[in-house]
Amino acid sequence: MKVPILELRNVDVFYGPIQALRDVSLEIHEGETVSLIGANGAGKSTLLMSIFGQPRAGGGEILYRGEDISKKSSHYIASNGIAQSPEGRRVFPDMTVEENLLMGTIPIGMTHAEEDLQRMFELFPRLKERRNQRAMTMSGGEQQMLAIARALMSRPKILLLDEPSLGLAPIVVKHIFQTLRELAKGGMTIFLVEQNANHALKLSDRAYVMVNGQIRMSGTGRELLEDPQVREAYLGGH
Amino acid sequence: MDALFLQQMVNGLTLGSVYGLIAIGYTMVYGIIGMINFAHGEVYMISAYLSAITLALLAFFGLHSFPLLILGTLIITVAITCAYGWVIERVAYKPLRNSTRLAPLISAIGISLILQNYVQLTQGARQQGIPTLLEGAARLDFAGGFVQITYTKIFILLASFIGMGVLTYIIKCTRLGRMCRATQQDRKMASILGINTDRVISYVFVIGAAMAALAGVLITMNYGTFDFYAGFIIGIKAFTAAVLGGIGSLPGAMLGGLILGIAEAQFSSVINSDYKDVFSFALLVVILIFRPQGLLGRPKVTKV
Repeated sequence: MKVPILELRNVDVFYGPIQALRDVSLEIHEGETVSLIGANGAGKSTLLMSIFGQPRAGGGEILYRGEDISKKSSHYIASNGIAQSPEGRRVFPDMTVEENLLMGTIPIGMTHAEEDLQRMFELFPRLKERRNQRAMTMSGGEQQMLAIARALMSRPKILLLDEPSLGLAPIVVKHIFQTLRELAKGGMTIFLVEQNANHALKLSDRAYVMVNGQIRMSGTGRELLEDPQVREAYLGGH
Repeated sequence: MDALFLQQMVNGLTLGSVYGLIAIGYTMVYGIIGMINFAHGEVYMISAYLSAITLALLAFFGLHSFPLLILGTLIITVAITCAYGWVIERVAYKPLRNSTRLAPLISAIGISLILQNYVQLTQGARQQGIPTLLEGAARLDFAGGFVQITYTKIFILLASFIGMGVLTYIIKCTRLGRMCRATQQDRKMASILGINTDRVISYVFVIGAAMAALAGVLITMNYGTFDFYAGFIIGIKAFTAAVLGGIGSLPGAMLGGLILGIAEAQFSSVINSDYKDVFSFALLVVILIFRPQGLLGRPKVTKV
């Protein structure tokens, strides 16, 4: 079987004495869209950040194309094809949209910058209008688009997304998931962390369910959508 | 207009532009790691000694034309001072990156004392000096009298404004500048995007040292004398300029320097030159009362 592009094997993460992740194992293959759903505080964001070594995994292995990256520096990991749109978007508030996007090119240099900027402006036309506006002056939805576009500017092999729907109006969420669907269709490998289980599961090939820092369930997106337990806990019952 | 006023304006601008250069080092380091680099004044002092030594060496090897002499001195002094800046950060601050906020501050005071004593031991405690390099002055006559500007002052003004201009361009328009700003605004995110933030922090120390070295050469040219303690008062002044302009803000440091220099020069001529330092710090207190974030600083907004 092919080596997964990203694999976590029995990963434990601690914040001081508190264990945030317990024996987490999951894998993502090239071209797949995989999501991780779970309640607020389950450890989803910790998991994404631990891939970048912040915080470091206290036990287990994080394999990127077969290489253990759990001891590597964040910038090394980013330089090798993993990009993240993090929790809270974290766009650079005092930089313009264009400058924010250019920050995404750090791992690959400026050779494709102009071409990729145009690609992002096609993907998110809103960003084109706001090209020279400072990021702090934009709405939450626009900042989210910017955070995703910035991650894509590094031409990543795998895109990690942390709660792209958080705090956004339903119509904006719909638009963002539409774009993610297009990206996935274009062959992008996506690992999505979401509380909005409905949207996430519909988009995903496979999904994992996280409860209190542990993986409780996994399956295809469709299976989990129809699972009575998942429906009860994350899709509002019905 | 009053000739004395204009004369002091020119003197103040010259002094202020040099304060601004040193203030840049304080403000950039504060912006990126939130620490006041108390050893920065000493970096300036080191560069004053280096410039005198380089000048003597270059003259010894038969270099006597002013442009070549000053260019050679600038390049060598800036290069060696940058090395100092880089080493200080590596040795004294980097190992303390993840400890308490107070630790690097204490380390900075330690470095400052070490450098002072090291220079005192190796160069002696007496005041050192260099001869005037650029003789002559320009004289501007007008109805109410005249203003005299030495060529040295004109050179200082030009050199420091070019220095600030180049730095502003680097920070605003280049990839390195964007990396510095990104690291300043969100260090964790910058590292997730592939920026080696430790290296960027080193660059910032080197840039600050380069600006201090430029200031060191220029001030030495102007006053001709310096001693191992020279970094203290000018460091405090430049720090005041940085806070005045809004610490963390690059244009703020430059503006703060100019304002401080001009205020000091005017106060000296109108009231009393013995109390000019008192006046500078009083000005700082007044501005901080009415604008705690400094002139161009932004207040910290906590979003809920």
